Amino acid sequence: MEKEKHVLVIFPHPDDEAFGISGTIAMYTQNNIPVSYVCCTLGEMGRNMGNPPFANRETLPQIRKRELEESCKVLGINDLRLLGLRDKTLEFEDLDHLADYFSPIIDEIKPSLIITFYPGYSVHPDHDACGAAVIHAVKRLPKEERPAIHCVAFSNNCVDELGPPHITRDVSKYAETKLKAIQAHKSQFGAFVRGRAAKHGLQDKQVQERINTERFWIYKWDD
Amino acid sequence: MQPIDPNAVQQALDQFSNKDVYIHLETTNGAYASHYNADFHNAGAFIRNAQIRYSRGKLTGGGPYRVGLKLESGWVYAEGLTDWEIDEKSRLLLAGHNREGKLAVALQLSEKPF
Repeated sequence: MEKEKHVLVIFPHPDDEAFGISGTIAMYTQNNIPVSYVCCTLGEMGRNMGNPPFANRETLPQIRKRELEESCKVLGINDLRLLGLRDKTLEFEDLDHLADYFSPIIDEIKPSLIITFYPGYSVHPDHDACGAAVIHAVKRLPKEERPAIHCVAFSNNCVDELGPPHITRDVSKYAETKLKAIQAHKSQFGAFVRGRAAKHGLQDKQVQERINTERFWIYKWDD
Repeated sequence: MQPIDPNAVQQALDQFSNKDVYIHLETTNGAYASHYNADFHNAGAFIRNAQIRYSRGKLTGGGPYRVGLKLESGWVYAEGLTDWEIDEKSRLLLAGHNREGKLAVALQLSEKPF
């Protein structure tokens, strides 16, 4: 961790940062390592409208934008960039076109580490497409100039095919911040609470593991 | 949004008839359905800002409701609708939420592009 100069997080949806890796983000920012977050869409197609519902299909994007800004505040992210792409359409975009969004940002920030989704192992088509385009953008750089890429993966076959995660990080020290970031996404938070946490409580072993442990695979170049 | 008031929604559907209007129509199980249940066949469809013109729009069912729009040479329909709203831009928003409050279907009409 100490060696990172600047961490760039690239995900497609507001709340991917919170549910997925907010312990890790808090670890960096609380150790004075700047974190930039590129969020491709506003999660326009989300099914969760709050519980009871307070959003509709047309108001959801602006609500989620505000939730994202709140989450970034909680996590100490001072550089949030929204790309204005549309939820659930990333996989239908041209790969080069998507990568063209990322390349200038990577050139500008020169991150020592990029965090994104592992293409093919991240369940949601936007996750896979986002990860693939990030890899594509970084691959344009000469090999010695490429930042490390830590990928999030959670498909049912990810451990079978990728092997155990290269990094299993205990983020229990940042659990409180992580929960606050998750709660900032009020319209989406209900899904989390109504899931396993509702049935088994926050002390449930699986729920605790999800809160306290974050797993990453280091992307290995094939060239 | 409010639970569907059949008479009010029927009135709104009548007001959008015989005009060129923009439609948003979607159905979804969410992107995670097959992840949580491998036997589940995930399916959905989405269209936004296609222009249509219908001669008759009709709400039926006892709740959840169905809406059918009769076009000059075709049809549009949606089922599972539970809630409605005319928003501040005078657009008709219809949605179907499941018991957990998750959106499962949406049918929306507007005189201007969404």
